[in-house]
Amino acid sequence: MKPATRRSLFLVAGGVLFAALIWGFAGLPDFGDFNGAYGQFLNGASTPERATTDVITAVNFDYRGFDTLGEEFILFAAVIGVTSLLRTLRGEREGAPDDDAPGRRVPETSLAVRITGLLLVGPTVLVGIYIVAHGHQTPGGGFQGGVILATGLLLTYLSADYLTMRRVGPTALIELAEGLGTAGFVLIALGGLVFAGVFFENFLPIGTAGRLLTAGTIPLGNVAVGLAVTGGFAFMLSEFLQQTLTKRRREVR
Amino acid sequence: MVLVLVAVCGTCVVLARDPLRQAVMASVYGLVLGILFFVFQAPDVALSQTVVGAVALPLMILLALAKVRFDEEERRR
Repeated sequence: MKPATRRSLFLVAGGVLFAALIWGFAGLPDFGDFNGAYGQFLNGASTPERATTDVITAVNFDYRGFDTLGEEFILFAAVIGVTSLLRTLRGEREGAPDDDAPGRRVPETSLAVRITGLLLVGPTVLVGIYIVAHGHQTPGGGFQGGVILATGLLLTYLSADYLTMRRVGPTALIELAEGLGTAGFVLIALGGLVFAGVFFENFLPIGTAGRLLTAGTIPLGNVAVGLAVTGGFAFMLSEFLQQTLTKRRREVR
Repeated sequence: MVLVLVAVCGTCVVLARDPLRQAVMASVYGLVLGILFFVFQAPDVALSQTVVGAVALPLMILLALAKVRFDEEERRR
């Protein structure tokens, strides 16, 4: 294709896209002028019905818990996909990580990064746990808290080295968290089926809004998803790091 | 104000030609987008956006870049 043809084709396509976007945006409701019956209903119903103060978590882990289950399995499948892509191929030999090799040529991490990272590990883990535990009351929940917790593991890599990270979060532990979290969420859903007759029905006592242990199965679901997400992200990170840091060479035959 | 910042950052991400700079810029863009969600009263989405857009995604890109560079060095030797 000639550059001139390509340019004119782009101009036509871009013009049509731009016009469609303007047309679409003009038809949107004004900011803050939402008028969906389902949203209005849940805004009023979720606090008295479920004793949560965060409607979004009530939707994610109770009313539309089934969708979250699907998302959970998307993450699970993504982690499995990454793992199988980054596995050691046949005919590849895995060398020691650079950190470990004699005469290591890895540049030393600067002291500023080390100290900042070390100081941040504790607070990061604490914030992660807080966000998971208060998912049903304040913004956040299992997913957000889980990613923050995985970031805490990454900070140990930044402030020390790869081997220390493996010692703090061994693969077996990470895999356990991932599996337990995913299975736990399914079990909570099945518990609804067993104890209340409906898949994902909230079968635990609801309690009074504002206390920490309220909202029945919602905090449990948050913990399960938090575990699964921490495990999933930590697993992907350590797989990527391993892939980057270890020397893999094709064996010469 | 935040909307303008988002637009500027997004343009910067597209205009940055060096993948390394682009990754760092994408991280800033993710953070600004998180602030935008927070300003528009969606703190749940803001949290997800901040941790994924500003930390997880640029990190994966950086690790991939590091791997590519390492392989190139190996080949040159």
